[in-house]
Amino acid sequence: MLEVKGIENGVVLDHIKAGKGLEVFHMLKLNKVDTSVVLVMNVSSKDMGKKDIIKIENKVDFDFNILSLIDTNITVNIIKDDKRIEKFKVQVPAEIVGQIQCKNPRCITNFDDYVRPTFHKYAENEKVLEYVCSFCEEITKFEK
Amino acid sequence: MIHSNVRHLIEPEDFTKEEILNLVELGEKMYNNPQAYSDVCNGKILASLFYEPSTRTKFSFDSAMLRLGGNIIGFADANTSSAKKGESIADTIRVMGYYADILVMRHPKEGAPKLASMYSEVPVINAGDGGHQHPTQTLTDLLTIQVYKGQLENHTIAFCGDLKYGRTVHSLIRTMARFNAKKFILVSPEELKLPSSLKRQIQDQYDIEIQEVRYLEEVVDQIDILYMTRIQKERFFNEEDYLKLRDSYILTNDKLENAKEDMIIMHPLPRVNEIAYEVDDNKRAVYFEQSKLGVYVRMALITKLLEVGPYARG
Repeated sequence: MLEVKGIENGVVLDHIKAGKGLEVFHMLKLNKVDTSVVLVMNVSSKDMGKKDIIKIENKVDFDFNILSLIDTNITVNIIKDDKRIEKFKVQVPAEIVGQIQCKNPRCITNFDDYVRPTFHKYAENEKVLEYVCSFCEEITKFEK
Repeated sequence: MIHSNVRHLIEPEDFTKEEILNLVELGEKMYNNPQAYSDVCNGKILASLFYEPSTRTKFSFDSAMLRLGGNIIGFADANTSSAKKGESIADTIRVMGYYADILVMRHPKEGAPKLASMYSEVPVINAGDGGHQHPTQTLTDLLTIQVYKGQLENHTIAFCGDLKYGRTVHSLIRTMARFNAKKFILVSPEELKLPSSLKRQIQDQYDIEIQEVRYLEEVVDQIDILYMTRIQKERFFNEEDYLKLRDSYILTNDKLENAKEDMIIMHPLPRVNEIAYEVDDNKRAVYFEQSKLGVYVRMALITKLLEVGPYARG
């Protein structure tokens, strides 16, 4: 079995739905991080059957709540000196600024570099999260 | 971003119902006696920033400002502005605020006037943004409804044609929902139905029946206000789709046989072929008068945002 050693300091993102790890990797722009990052996919899990895990060394300043657009069950573990000092589930943000693009091809946010795309939470149910663009009012859906 | 107390009109909800009623009332007063307001904007400058072609809206604003005694500057073609050079809207607007007291913007991209308002120290008026909103057309429509129907509330309104990209429809339907419309009837081909997100927002907020039909004849006897729209070529990404749908709905006198005697037919203009010329002589047709009224309600709007004349402080 593949083994990945623990980290002394940093973040462990656990309970990522199997197959979603790469999306989480890109959402946090981990390709631009200059510390060690490990993405493990399809790890056996008692509760989930299979899951993905990401470990990021020596860096904790991320906006984790944006990950709720991918999977609201993700658990964030903050590690310091080999100990877990904080554990929490990602929260669905009320507002998202500059992190996602509007899907409306006619929206000004897709043409003017100056503007930061801004969205407000519109609705949420068991399956879907919906955000409305502050500029064109188009609703974007994210499956949970 | 600039945070100031300056008021803008970007979407109809920027004004309360009371403010809208007040503007409609003032627009009617100005229509009846424009001379009384002929110098309230002396020394003021309106800049019209039209990144997309317009005849009626641009000239209507120009005419409104001139009738108020003000001056106008601006451009009517994005190719003659710095947008052609890739300048951001924020930069253009910051500078235009030094040259004019009020800005009127039309832009093909949705949300552009909102972006402009975030960086403007002077009032910004949305004169149409893509297929999104056209709040001053809505004010024009409201004044027309007030003049020809006597009240804004409790009407059955049918919207016919391009309900998907028709920004005049998007602004008006939201506003009429606020004014307790009795019922909305949506008449359009499948490809040009009202955006589901907008329909949902109305249904979530208001208890108003919405009926969707393919053909006007099915419902014409129920309608108090028939709002026709053009299938707009500039909203389509390709010519083929446009040509396929262009002739979907053409209003003729035959189709109006069972219409109520006091129904009114409105259209934001320009029309292409969606209303046959024979309908112009039908007593229900008010679309040219509607265009005329637009000048006066825009005069009222300019005085409100500049806080002059009837809206002067103190």
